[in-house]
Amino acid sequence: MNGNDGARGAWIAWRTFAYAQLREHPMQLLATLAAIALGVALGVAVYLVNSAALDEFDQATRRLLGTADIVVRGPPEGFDEALLVALAHRPAVATVSPLLELELTRPGQSPPLKLLALDPFRAAALQPELMAEIGPDVTRLFAPDTIILSRAAADELQLRRGDELPIIVGGAPKSLRVIDILSGRAYPESLGIMDIATAQWSLQRIGKLNRIDLRARPGTDLATLREQLASVLPPGVVPVTPAIERGRATTATRAYRVNLNMLALVALLTGAFLVFATQSLAVLRRRAALGLLRALGVTRLQLECALLGEGAAIGLFGSLLGALLGALVAALVLRYLGTDLGNRALAARAVGLGLPALPLAAFVLIGTAVAGLGAWIPAHEAAGRAPALAMKSGDCEPAVNRLPVALPGIALIAAGALLAWLPPVNRLPLPGYAAIAALLAGAVLLIPTLMRWVTGSAKRSGHAILDIAIAQLQGSAGVSTISLAAIIVSFSLMVAMAIMVHSFRISFDLWLVKLLPADLSLRVSFDSDTGALTGEQQHRIAALPAVARAEFRRVRQIWLRADHAPVALIARDLNPLRAADTLPLVHATQQPVPAGTQAAWISESLQDLYGLRLGERLQLPLDGRVQQLFIAGIWRDYGRPAGAVVIARAGYIAASGDDSANEGLIWRRPGASAAALEAAIRGSLNIGSALELIGSGQLRQRSLMLFDRAFAITYALEVIAVGIGLLGVGVAASSSALARRAQFGMLRHIGMLRRQVLATLAIEGVIMSTLSVIYGLLLGTALSLILVYVIDRQSFNWSIDLAIPWLRLGALSTALIAASALTALWGGRAAMSQDAIRAVREDW
Amino acid sequence: MPVPLQLDEITRRYRVDSAPVLDRLRLQLEPGEYLAIMGESGSGKSTLLNLIAGLDRPDSGRVLFEGTDLATLDDDALTRWRRASIGFVFQAFHVLPYLTVLQNVALPLDLLGVGDPQRQQRVLQMLKACGIAALAPRYARELSGGELQRVAIARALVHRPRLVLADEPTGNLDGRTAQQILGLLREQLHSNAAGAILITHSLTAARSADRILELAAGQLRPATVEPAAHSR
Repeated sequence: MNGNDGARGAWIAWRTFAYAQLREHPMQLLATLAAIALGVALGVAVYLVNSAALDEFDQATRRLLGTADIVVRGPPEGFDEALLVALAHRPAVATVSPLLELELTRPGQSPPLKLLALDPFRAAALQPELMAEIGPDVTRLFAPDTIILSRAAADELQLRRGDELPIIVGGAPKSLRVIDILSGRAYPESLGIMDIATAQWSLQRIGKLNRIDLRARPGTDLATLREQLASVLPPGVVPVTPAIERGRATTATRAYRVNLNMLALVALLTGAFLVFATQSLAVLRRRAALGLLRALGVTRLQLECALLGEGAAIGLFGSLLGALLGALVAALVLRYLGTDLGNRALAARAVGLGLPALPLAAFVLIGTAVAGLGAWIPAHEAAGRAPALAMKSGDCEPAVNRLPVALPGIALIAAGALLAWLPPVNRLPLPGYAAIAALLAGAVLLIPTLMRWVTGSAKRSGHAILDIAIAQLQGSAGVSTISLAAIIVSFSLMVAMAIMVHSFRISFDLWLVKLLPADLSLRVSFDSDTGALTGEQQHRIAALPAVARAEFRRVRQIWLRADHAPVALIARDLNPLRAADTLPLVHATQQPVPAGTQAAWISESLQDLYGLRLGERLQLPLDGRVQQLFIAGIWRDYGRPAGAVVIARAGYIAASGDDSANEGLIWRRPGASAAALEAAIRGSLNIGSALELIGSGQLRQRSLMLFDRAFAITYALEVIAVGIGLLGVGVAASSSALARRAQFGMLRHIGMLRRQVLATLAIEGVIMSTLSVIYGLLLGTALSLILVYVIDRQSFNWSIDLAIPWLRLGALSTALIAASALTALWGGRAAMSQDAIRAVREDW
Repeated sequence: MPVPLQLDEITRRYRVDSAPVLDRLRLQLEPGEYLAIMGESGSGKSTLLNLIAGLDRPDSGRVLFEGTDLATLDDDALTRWRRASIGFVFQAFHVLPYLTVLQNVALPLDLLGVGDPQRQQRVLQMLKACGIAALAPRYARELSGGELQRVAIARALVHRPRLVLADEPTGNLDGRTAQQILGLLREQLHSNAAGAILITHSLTAARSADRILELAAGQLRPATVEPAAHSR
């Protein structure tokens, strides 16, 4: 047989079956197509939305950095500008450009405005595009308290040329005059531009810079230069490459994006199980015809290729459909919901949808391959069966039962359990995901064995309908596995996610309660750099009659390493001996604080990202000097993924001389109303209206709402996965009932009522659904342990405590048993619509 | 003893405008009689069997079973009547593959709610009578065609129906096995005092009956062949 003959034979077999399948079972085919399409669509949509956000971050960073080779960064409070001269004199450095890059504090709860303060003459070399947009007359920037806004900033702030921009500097209000607005194409994001000297003066940062852009002389090895700079820069000032800067958003959101993509993959895999179920049942249904083709001269390989091609064709069409759907969903999400998909770090402005050909082709390929994989096992099994046996009546279940599944199942579960203990790879919990995949696959392979064991141990009830249903389940454990695989996989993942999210929510809530013990929380604009309460303002608040107690904090950004994002230094009132009272500690040491060091409590993220341990020393750069800290405890922090360190405020003031504060907690005196307290605080300060004051209960509620929003996408994906699983149950039930229509016909002949036949189907459905749900609950709980203790911990560098949402799982299980049984009954009922006479006349 | 089965002027068309496949057909079955009906393909043999079993309804005429007009029974009542009064033997056996031989044979008793020990006793007795007692714990999928048809005969008679309807019961069997099955069927009909209607193409099979009729042009008429000597 030459190659052409082989291909022709496979093509004839494929055409015969695919067409027959489409004609006779269009709904099943469409359901399978839909499942693959949904899985691919989810993956494509998540990918496109994330890519759009990350591309935009990348472009924005490029625009901010210009053509610099190295960017020297320091804390927002800045470093001495004398460093500029020192760097400019280095032989390898060609050009230097001094900058202040700050988040301007704005009154009220308005988001801060990013400010780039630069030397227009030096910046011309490193920021040519931006400076070209500003124009040749740069002297207008030198006027006191003036600013140029980007078009996005002007639109957002609703300001025009000549208007005043109110900001907060230190503890006082101030305003900047808008002297020009850039065109939209020059800088699409929100940005303010000032002259460096004007900014230093206006923002009380005289003699300070927090960024210097460097251009190296041609031929300079940048890595060497960066190393040299790192050794001479003051503590807390780091040399960063543009690549690190650009990659920061990618790195910071990577774990979140991987998690979303894994969820899409779960939906796709559920679709693959559905392909497996559909193709397996189609092969079982057509086993006699397949045997006939073999008898007529179609080879095993041709038959296998034809069946595999059938699955791959479904995969290809479904994937193409999914890619289109995904692109459409992504376009709608970007248009109406934005880029963040529940993660604030991914929120970007001015984002357009790109349709990169290669990744889209990869998604189509993955969908096709996954569907092909689902079709491969039944194709291989069908091609391997002897034609005579295949054509014999009743040769249905045994073929599936012959598959050796118990031992591989146990082996996979053991492998999954081992993989769960492995460390992350490249900071991603890949072994954890592999553990979940292995556990799922192993658990699915064990279904026939468990099904036989459970139904085999059932005693005869003496009730014909029940006994027939149980006997059917006993005899069709293999086929049942095919039917149940998709729903067990999707339900167990839903259970695992529900437990993980519930655990996280409970831990998050407890964390909030611990961090918000007071009646009122106070902030001088969140995530901004210029506003703060002076010591005198703090005293004034504390002395108010309505205030029983006030505690203030100074939160600053500190650079510990060039290749990491800056960490948060939190200086707060704290009794070192009773840190557990105010911090959600997970570990603490009883060792005394060594002389010459100050006690510090680091967050779990800091511990993981920097490889720190309890009892170790941590060198903290603070205003050009290094403070020796002793790690006395590790605390749980869900608010700062880049890491945070808490020190006692008294020690901080002693080391830095900075007694300002940008956060605070206020306890109300008994009898004072919350409204009166808030009014009193605002009235006591000249920047009263700029303060963000919020009741702790309200803040907690708002935080939990944001939390729920962040996980909304997860729930949506899970619901879709379970929907696909239910579709699988329906398809499988329908196929199974069709395959058994002669049996039902015979039962009707010998006196079984139609409703009794349906009752048999319903009992089978309820038993299978109940077993699936119990199995899914057990499996899901096991998977949740990996999610909680491995994947979540390794992805986000924070721990959560396991908590089981019993009520929700109970309701979910009951709903699923009912939905699954009804779906099975519906599938069976459709198949029962054929009359009993016709059914028994067909050979089965 | 009432006449077990009487067909009174039965007419049945497949379509309203087509010629009747059964045309004012009459038939009376004597108590315990074993009747064979022969006919060409498409002559309406199976249609006739379905009408007798209450699985189909005539366009006109009556099917009376022990004096009861089947048309007066609704679907549930017909099913209950069939459950108690009729036994079926099919060409394709239709033995449930996921049940053991014992469970398959016990099915009609289970549906009738016959409890142990009568159920067990009756099933074992029937298995023994059909020569398949040794196969009791085996699954249907493990059996040969002849064994499967023995199971089907045991199942058709285990609940002592008054009438057995057999549609080409030897159609899927070799000649020797077919003879054995026909012998068994006849023997069991006799010992259970059941009447039977056998639909067949096979002359050999038909000759195992007490009386042979031929269905042609919608009417039944005596066949030209005689039953075998042992039948008369």
